Amino acid sequence: MTVREIFESMEYGPAPESAADALAWIADRGARFGHFIDGAFSEPGETFETRNPATGDVLAEITQGSKADVDAAVAAARAAQPGWEALGGPGRARFLYALARLVQKHARLLAVLETMDNGKPIRESRDIDIPLVARHFYHHAGHAQLMPTEMPDARALGVCGQIVPWNFPLLMLAWKIAPALAMGNTVVLKPAEWTPLTALCFADLCRQAGLPKGVVNIVTGDGAVGEMIVASDVDKIAFTGSTAVGRRIREATAGRRISLTLELGGKSPYIVFEDADLDSAVEGLVDAIWFNGGQVCCAGSRLLVQEGVAPDFHARLRTRMDKLRVGDPLDKAIDVGAIVDAKQRDRIAALVDAHGAEGDVHRAACNLPEGCFYPPTLIAGLSSASPLMQEEIFGPVLVSTTFRTPSEAVQIANDTRYGLAASVWSENINTALDVAPKLAAGVVWVNGSNMFDAAAPFGGVRESGFGREGGPEGLTAYSRSGGETDMLKPVAPFAGDKAEPQPVDRTAKLYIGGKQARPDGGYARNVFDAKGGLMGQAPIANRKDVRNAVEAARGAAGWSGATAHNRAQVIYYIAENLAARAEEFAARIDRMTGGTGGAAEVTASVQRLFTYGAWADKVDGRAAQAPVRGIALALRESCGVIGALCPDEAPLLGLISVVGPAIAMGNRVVAVASEPFPLAALDFYQVLDTSDVPGGVVNILTGDHAELAKTLAAHADVDAVWSFSSSDISGAVERAAAGNLKRTWVNNGRARDWTGPAGEGRAFLDAATEVKTVWVPYGA
Amino acid sequence: MVKTAGKTAIRSAIQAARPQDDATRQHDDVARNPGTALDMDWVMRARANRSAVERRCATLPGRRSVKKEYQAAWLARAISCIDLTTLAGDDTPGRVQRLCAKARQPVRADILDALGLPDLTVGAVCVYHDMIEPAVAALKGSGIPVAAVSTGFPAGLSPMHLRVAEIEESVKAGAAEIDIVISRRKVLTGDWQGLYDEMRAFRQACGDAHVKAILATGELGTLQNVARASLVCMMAGADFIKTSTGKESVNATLPVSLVMLRAIREYHDRTGYRVGYKPAGGISKAKDSLTYLALMKDELGDRWLRPDLFRFGASSLLGDIERQLEHHVTGAYSASWRHALA
Repeated sequence: MTVREIFESMEYGPAPESAADALAWIADRGARFGHFIDGAFSEPGETFETRNPATGDVLAEITQGSKADVDAAVAAARAAQPGWEALGGPGRARFLYALARLVQKHARLLAVLETMDNGKPIRESRDIDIPLVARHFYHHAGHAQLMPTEMPDARALGVCGQIVPWNFPLLMLAWKIAPALAMGNTVVLKPAEWTPLTALCFADLCRQAGLPKGVVNIVTGDGAVGEMIVASDVDKIAFTGSTAVGRRIREATAGRRISLTLELGGKSPYIVFEDADLDSAVEGLVDAIWFNGGQVCCAGSRLLVQEGVAPDFHARLRTRMDKLRVGDPLDKAIDVGAIVDAKQRDRIAALVDAHGAEGDVHRAACNLPEGCFYPPTLIAGLSSASPLMQEEIFGPVLVSTTFRTPSEAVQIANDTRYGLAASVWSENINTALDVAPKLAAGVVWVNGSNMFDAAAPFGGVRESGFGREGGPEGLTAYSRSGGETDMLKPVAPFAGDKAEPQPVDRTAKLYIGGKQARPDGGYARNVFDAKGGLMGQAPIANRKDVRNAVEAARGAAGWSGATAHNRAQVIYYIAENLAARAEEFAARIDRMTGGTGGAAEVTASVQRLFTYGAWADKVDGRAAQAPVRGIALALRESCGVIGALCPDEAPLLGLISVVGPAIAMGNRVVAVASEPFPLAALDFYQVLDTSDVPGGVVNILTGDHAELAKTLAAHADVDAVWSFSSSDISGAVERAAAGNLKRTWVNNGRARDWTGPAGEGRAFLDAATEVKTVWVPYGA
Repeated sequence: MVKTAGKTAIRSAIQAARPQDDATRQHDDVARNPGTALDMDWVMRARANRSAVERRCATLPGRRSVKKEYQAAWLARAISCIDLTTLAGDDTPGRVQRLCAKARQPVRADILDALGLPDLTVGAVCVYHDMIEPAVAALKGSGIPVAAVSTGFPAGLSPMHLRVAEIEESVKAGAAEIDIVISRRKVLTGDWQGLYDEMRAFRQACGDAHVKAILATGELGTLQNVARASLVCMMAGADFIKTSTGKESVNATLPVSLVMLRAIREYHDRTGYRVGYKPAGGISKAKDSLTYLALMKDELGDRWLRPDLFRFGASSLLGDIERQLEHHVTGAYSASWRHALA
């Protein structure tokens, strides 16, 4: 076309970013890559091809890892870890700083490599992915520097196995490696099979930074290699990817004393209220669902529009969609690039094609190049029941429905198994700030979408996984505090056959929904004292009692909405009423356990209640220093319903040590009392009854830990499960929790000193809260 | 002299062959916006979320890029949309004649010949009232219209009847376009009816001359006010809405432009009338002009990339574009002294 013709047509024309330097980088390495283990690239072994999805061209051959490779990488990481940790925070900070600088210095190479391997537009890799990678290493260099003073009790976990997805290959690597290294861990990371190149380039940067050998190891290959890493001798697995694979990892790591964080799928709602800036909300969708071709776990893929503005909004949206430019990802004037692989493109197409006649489908009127591309698509007018409203499509496909009121918006938004992110669009601060905390999501963007920063925690709830990445909240996933403790000996109940007449028989029942309840099965167990004397009977709860207790807990949602001051008052009142009956409780504990520590245990219990009364209004969250004009609030919310298997060895203090932090943070609890010594817990519900604890906030069951744990851990309406039982049930709890991917906190058969500092504090408060990051950009 | 004569001949030939250039300039295929009744529901519903608007604008230059011959063509298009402007207290007929010569021949002839655009001119020349006559004289036969700033420009605080009279005088003097300034205080105090009435009166005074409403967005306080003032001026019959006088401390910006373009789009969607857009002040780089063109193209569509619906109010932009065009033609970076002064 001549200048004159273009002067009339005003088309954009091609604006290609050169691939030459990136191709040269690949060619210089023979276009064949081995693993990066113990500071060196291994000889390529059995290889597979990695391709440019936009062109189909083979970029390089990549080694398929073997078990021997994984073992060698883990061994190298294991060997390097003590030295790396001993280097100290400031020492490690220098390396993280060097990595940040090297990422900046090689920014364009990394961006072009990423775009060629993944298919995302060069604008995104250049302007978003790679700058965020550098930012993540800078931020965590800071955390390493400050670790000795700010986290004096923290220690590294050890060797971390890390498996990252193909949608943000280098960014997810950074999210995994930076905090791990900062806290003194070493890593074995596997990039996705489709997108290994930037990880291998990063390995090169590790060498340039002079990073000690074995601190970072990169092993390439398919899902089988991921499984090998999960099965290997690591202390931590961090995974970002699909919910299905996350569930398998949860099962595979169960009972192995492996710290686990999962960042999984989503079907994030994008809520538009009638008072929103509609044009900006439309533009926000471009960033929400057409960013990286919708291949984003937190993509705003479920549009909810207030009914009155829905026709107008959808009309504006369709107009905007038709302006999107789809094409060569290396073109600098492209909005949507290639889908990462033909398999993925076909999967998207199959999901959309299978949706049937429901809804109104609009495909963007864009030129669609040949090859691995899919057009931006809107399917409007779906109902919540439509599979496409529920299933993650992981492509540039937006589905939409309408709502009438804010509460209905919340209801529809939360009608999902996922809970990763959400957007709320409203010009009314009352609406936005009321709705944001009610959404089941780890991240909420007010009048925005897909904003990320290293200082702002990211992660999900429900089947979107658990654990946070970014900010100080993300460091807990890569550190532990406190030393190693002894194995916990199983505590057996006393046996006996002596019975004495009681002045008046006492009947202890289960405590469910604020009421005493007979066990569903109608069975009770005789409880004997140390001398074999019959003390009474404890009901044997079964799965239906668990069901009833969880239902009662779910129903007591008002507790989570109560003010912290209100919760504190109730907890202090429990302490007051327990103290009033201290002698009776002490005597009962002494008789039940055959010891003399009853009085001390009651005193410690009252003390602990005071501690959590104190904490109730002091877990504040944080305003993160995100680089926007606005605030990114890392809020602390209750988890919801927590199931807890209480310690066996401390019948009252153990119960209070788990119930206290849980209810202080606004959770409702289903507590299974000490199995051998259940009566103290059953006495305790009388205290609860007299202390203004709303029904359903604390539910107490007695019975067989192993049996009840399975039901609790598998229950889909339980949000977290803790086990401090002396029964060997940690593995079973973690395995059963895979069903709805609830958070777990188990003792792995290790003892805990309930009378000392290990029995209370930050670890409990962290476990009792979810971090929700609410981004509120503003501007008059 | 021979060369100039040749060039003129070429231009005449092209103009004869391609009447649409002049046609678009005459607004023939765009029905002139007659305005509507003041619709306060619509006005008050206008929203502009500043952070979101700024995010869109911050990413736009990274989303759109034009290279090589496309860039040259786009820059030429930008020139065709420039209101070449002088609005200084020391303007003289001589100064204005020089500006008009530049308007006729905005880029060195050899460069334009190389681009295949020998007939390229700017969109209009924009002057104060007293300079209309010399400008009209200097542009005679060129087809380039003269625009005059009016209504007590730049503050707009002279008596209303004088502001209306000023428009009438300027039209009488030969201005084909009148750039009026709105009363900012009517926006700042929420007197939308007052703003509507004022704009209506200005439009009426313009008669057949096209009216550009200068919102002075740098003095309106919020983007929401910009959105509302844009709608009210369009409802009152503005042919163009324009950001600034060039005399405010903040002039045209991308966020302000985005808000005004969205208002234009909504007005078109609801009434069917296309209103033009003129960012003014602060656009001095060739690259900025490309970003503005991309914003127009993406937000409003290709129809708005013509001088009848898009103008740059700029004085120094042309110089930078000239250098870029010479670079395109020769492959070597240029210098300002290789191009004629405006």
